[in-house]
Amino acid sequence: MNDKPVIIFGILVFLAIFTFPFWHAKGNAGPVPEVQLPKDQKQCVASKEFMRTTHMQLLDGWRDSVVREGNRIYVASDGKRYNMSLQNECMKCHTDKAKFCDQCHNYLGVSPYCWDCHVAPKESK
Amino acid sequence: MMGVNRRDFLRIAGLTAAIGMGGKTAFDLLWPGQLDAAEGGVEGWWKSKTPGNPLYPGDLAPGNEVPNPGELTAKRWGMALDMRRFTAATRDAVVKACNQVHNVPAIPGNQNIKWIWETSFEHAFPDLAQEYMDNAVHELPFLVLCNHCDNPPCVRVCPTKATFRRADGIVMMDMHRCIGCRFCMAACPFGSRSFNFADPRKFFPDGKEPNPTYPTRTKGVVEKCTFCTELLAKGELPACVQASEGAMLFGDMADSGSPVRQAMRTRYAIRRKNELGTAPQVYYLI
Repeated sequence: MNDKPVIIFGILVFLAIFTFPFWHAKGNAGPVPEVQLPKDQKQCVASKEFMRTTHMQLLDGWRDSVVREGNRIYVASDGKRYNMSLQNECMKCHTDKAKFCDQCHNYLGVSPYCWDCHVAPKESK
Repeated sequence: MMGVNRRDFLRIAGLTAAIGMGGKTAFDLLWPGQLDAAEGGVEGWWKSKTPGNPLYPGDLAPGNEVPNPGELTAKRWGMALDMRRFTAATRDAVVKACNQVHNVPAIPGNQNIKWIWETSFEHAFPDLAQEYMDNAVHELPFLVLCNHCDNPPCVRVCPTKATFRRADGIVMMDMHRCIGCRFCMAACPFGSRSFNFADPRKFFPDGKEPNPTYPTRTKGVVEKCTFCTELLAKGELPACVQASEGAMLFGDMADSGSPVRQAMRTRYAIRRKNELGTAPQVYYLI
């Protein structure tokens, strides 16, 4: 029982270090990612809200549909037709991967492996 | 303090087991189909990818997925190479065109990636090579590629269904699903498959930038010729056929009027390792 002060001190030090990121940032979650939207296009293949939350499922569906079923065209709810291709369609409007995809993906710490194979458009400098 | 007595222990254990057994039924009632997908292995996974299934991601999207109306279709795609019309220049142009369109890297040594390449008669047709034979045939370099077999052994062995046979006969690769186990390479009797031992982006042909409209591959996947499904979907013939100046014919093997079938009516055609029974659909007109 003589070690009580040492143990409590140790626990306090541990808690201080463990919670460092929380009290250091004072509840501030850091700068919100700024996604650069295409200037010359108003509309995506679906609503902004849908794309924000579900683009990964949409793209996953697209890749199966294209590769396995040979469907290449996406008819959006407004009747507009799109080529289902990350490289040839999405990136035609969202020309800058670093200012669009990477903004949120880096912020959230997700690293999809799209670009291991798909060729991103040349980044303008 | 009193512990759990024998009677209580048995009661709790029995109740837990009953809930556990009822769990699957409850799951099936609340989320029909989901357990099947999770339990059914590849089959279940694939079922979950069909419209109408609650897990089908396409249903989430407020749109429809349809084929390109301008695409080239066939019951059974096939190819014929007219060996009399090939020159060194056309062979070169064909291989270059394919490599350029599909971002096939030029890796020196035995880690080379091959979609379509030149080989000798003995290597292409070991069963047909004779001790004494027509020099014009024997000395000819043959272009070989994936045969898109009717009975593809690579498809049979693939544990993830990453390689599969489309309804039109094309043996296709789904790079998203390839785990790089190389069973297909062991199964293919034609050596038509290549494994990416390293990141292919380090080896682009002639140091050129990749074709921006076609993906590259990544380290650890197997690749091969796909009969240019991406061009067929646009209504174009495969890149090699376009570059061959008429030396390569492409068409529907089920249609007796197709250019391949017409050429084969008057010319003697051979195919590789016929005796193995994989039924290649790439023919060589001698």
